[in-house]
Amino acid sequence: MSIFVITYFGLLIGVSCLAAYYEKRSAFLMLFSLTLVSFVLGIVGGTGALRSVAIGAGMLAFAAGVSFAFREFLVAITPPKLAKEIKTAPLTASFGMFVIFTYAIAGIFAPWIAPYGESEVISSAFAPADANMLLGADQLGRDMFSRIIYGARNTVGLALLATMAAFFMGATAGLLAAVKGGWFDQFMGRFADVIMSIPSLIFALLMLSIFGPDITVIIIAVAIIYAPRVFRLTRAVAGNVVVMDYIEAAKLRGEKDGYLIRKEILPNSTAPLVAEFGLEFCFVFLLVAGLSFLGLGIQPPTADWGSMVRENATLISFGEITPLIPAAAIALLTVAVNFVVDWMLFRSSGLKEQ
Amino acid sequence: MTDTSAIAPGLKKDVLLKIRDLKIEGFTGETWVPIIKGVDLTLHRGEVMGLIGESGAGKSTIGAAAMGYARDGTRISDGSIEFDGIELTTSTEGEKRALRGARIAYVAQSAAASFNPSHKLIDQYTEAPLQYRIQKRLEAQEDAIELYERLRLPNPGEIGFRYPHQVSGGQLQRAMTAMAMSCRPDLIIFDEPTTALDVTTQIEVLAAIRDIVDQFNTAAIYITHDLAVVAQMADTIKVLLKGEEVEEASTEVMLKSPKEDYTKSLWAVRSFERPQKPRPENATPLISVQNVDASYTGGDKVLDDVSFDIYEGMTVAVVGESGSGKSTTARCITGLLPPSSGQILFKGEPLPPKYTDRSKDQLRQSQMIYQMADTALNPKVRISEIIGRPAQFYSGLKGTALKSRVDELLDLIELEPSKYYDRFPPELSGGQKQRIGIARALAAEPTFIICDEVTSALDQLVAEGILRLLDRLQKELNLAYMFITHDLATVRAIADEVVVMQHGKVVEQGPKTEMFKPPHHPYTDLLLSSVPEMDPNWLTTLLEERGVDNVGEAADV
Repeated sequence: MSIFVITYFGLLIGVSCLAAYYEKRSAFLMLFSLTLVSFVLGIVGGTGALRSVAIGAGMLAFAAGVSFAFREFLVAITPPKLAKEIKTAPLTASFGMFVIFTYAIAGIFAPWIAPYGESEVISSAFAPADANMLLGADQLGRDMFSRIIYGARNTVGLALLATMAAFFMGATAGLLAAVKGGWFDQFMGRFADVIMSIPSLIFALLMLSIFGPDITVIIIAVAIIYAPRVFRLTRAVAGNVVVMDYIEAAKLRGEKDGYLIRKEILPNSTAPLVAEFGLEFCFVFLLVAGLSFLGLGIQPPTADWGSMVRENATLISFGEITPLIPAAAIALLTVAVNFVVDWMLFRSSGLKEQ
Repeated sequence: MTDTSAIAPGLKKDVLLKIRDLKIEGFTGETWVPIIKGVDLTLHRGEVMGLIGESGAGKSTIGAAAMGYARDGTRISDGSIEFDGIELTTSTEGEKRALRGARIAYVAQSAAASFNPSHKLIDQYTEAPLQYRIQKRLEAQEDAIELYERLRLPNPGEIGFRYPHQVSGGQLQRAMTAMAMSCRPDLIIFDEPTTALDVTTQIEVLAAIRDIVDQFNTAAIYITHDLAVVAQMADTIKVLLKGEEVEEASTEVMLKSPKEDYTKSLWAVRSFERPQKPRPENATPLISVQNVDASYTGGDKVLDDVSFDIYEGMTVAVVGESGSGKSTTARCITGLLPPSSGQILFKGEPLPPKYTDRSKDQLRQSQMIYQMADTALNPKVRISEIIGRPAQFYSGLKGTALKSRVDELLDLIELEPSKYYDRFPPELSGGQKQRIGIARALAAEPTFIICDEVTSALDQLVAEGILRLLDRLQKELNLAYMFITHDLATVRAIADEVVVMQHGKVVEQGPKTEMFKPPHHPYTDLLLSSVPEMDPNWLTTLLEERGVDNVGEAADV
């Protein structure tokens, strides 16, 4: 019996006893069942299995710690009103915010953070990781780590622009449709139906093969694909606001549509719209990555996570995890954004914690 | 604590519900604050207790607690609730579930919102008896039909097979009472069952509830803020204020000689009355509605040949039950609904039928105050902006001139400017919100204001304050009001002239004093006689006069 195993079980049993003593029921149940599972796991899988459980738990605890600290940090630096809101955020949400924050820093300061240039060839193809290259080299001998940092800038920036364009189009149309009603509403609704009836990936591929894989084309195509969804949501949300008496009062005052939308309707529909923005951002992001993977997105040598997965895909058959790193970057951001959006949806839905 | 058996000596009844030192706390987002601060309550079998108080007094919370239930965000922190020997605060959720529906039933304020719209009434009725295996489905349906008959619902054999939206509000409320009765419970909690109804409809529901409670010797807790209603229904009255009991006594004693000052002030509310003003001579009416017909797209005529005049500085009350076309008339005047024929004159000049065609000045002249201040004020806009916008929009005020105008308006509605300037509407109470609504209307410097049921969502004391404010403003600013209401007490308090509407037609109109003097048009008579009075025998006398069977008929619109 190694010292590791003794410490492992000692720690688990000790902590579960503490949990039981302080009447933390759920924590105790979790810890103690983990202890029981570990007995079986230890017999079947040996020390190695226990070690990986310990590493997993450690990483989870680390993430929780980082999230907690980051939340406290945000509470400390934001104005009191916002700080009060952030205090209510669950750890998952603050973890999401932390990841988004990290990505944003990486994207904005990419040239200063990345040790090498975006398309700088510094070693042989598929060189393993060493002291110079944190994650090894890709198929042309470029530094993987630098490219991931630059990728954050390109892929995320592109997805952000496309989502904003989609939101601008969809939300404007939706708000106008809700305010004006009548034939304009009908026309916009049917127009949105038509766009939605075209399969999105096929539409994007079609546009890109007609106009060529240019960044503006990508942004416009993706924005057109996602605008109808935003339109529908905005129209539904604004539709509920438009029937309120204060809108009637403003209309009777003689206010124009622009004022109604800006001052009366928008403040009352931002919460669901912001949540939807996060959600749509994930979809757009995945679509952009997917397009790059198919070779129609951002063109080489510009670093992009989607195409990085494709370029390094051959390595998979050699048991290397290099192509999975950009994929993991995509997955982590998607999950992080969803964590934050979940929290926002929870708040805007007015659900109370039991 | 008052022992009610002492008030009615000789009538030794079993205690059904015993609440002792009940404390309930609510979660505000950070801490738990007390809502109910130690209330005792004793209810005997077959007894009806009225709980009255302003909103926020904790009436409904106590009503829910009598079922052992604490709403979301609240908890029963202390005290005991004993229902027929069962302690509800410590019993499990399963035990409480077995009581609810079977032995304790609940009738909610808004029957329309409480029925499931996608099931037939009778299916919702039979749910509880089937759940508790008291009756088979067919037995339960027969029972339902019998109860519907006893509650004097029209067409009792068939009405249960309709969906909730196919039945009128008063009928729905009676159907809900029937549903509460389905398992013949020992206790029913009525949570403001008639507050959302018209006076004429209210009577039938009151009569039905009283009969059925008598017939089955059911105990009831009757929650309301309307004293006259509780006087008809309850054997004992308990007055609550901010989660504490003020006093409790039998209805007769309570009405004749209330002890506490707060109770006396509640009783005295209906005292405000303004002297009536005559029409100015040889003046053109400020607003003249002439032979207006109107209908919503594709529907039947909602207004049929409506004509009346409103003179400068006068208050015209438009009364009638819901669906009589009061609010539609207001929509025609404001231009939201262009009339299909007829016209509206402003100082002798015809107004364009659609509001979009009216000039800024025409729009400025007539303003509106809404019934629900919650939906009438944008919750995400600051008070200063809400009030300031009309002043900025019509008069082009800016910067310090705008700020001083807003301060002036806040002073006018008796709210401290420095305190309320930067607040948002959800941070205000109902009465304060209604005042902001008034200030927004005043900011446009109008000559004519439409008040659409402005006091009906407010407590009596608060409503009284609003009426006094409106009256003061009228004197100071020489405003004309069109006062839409179904509450005749309000009419008595503030109106100069009265217009009675029924089925989209003007039934009768004239100065207030004449309208309240007989002879009346039969419909006016019905409206007037349906207003509950403080006399506990009022309902009994009225029912005798009208004949029991006519009560329901008269109100079925």
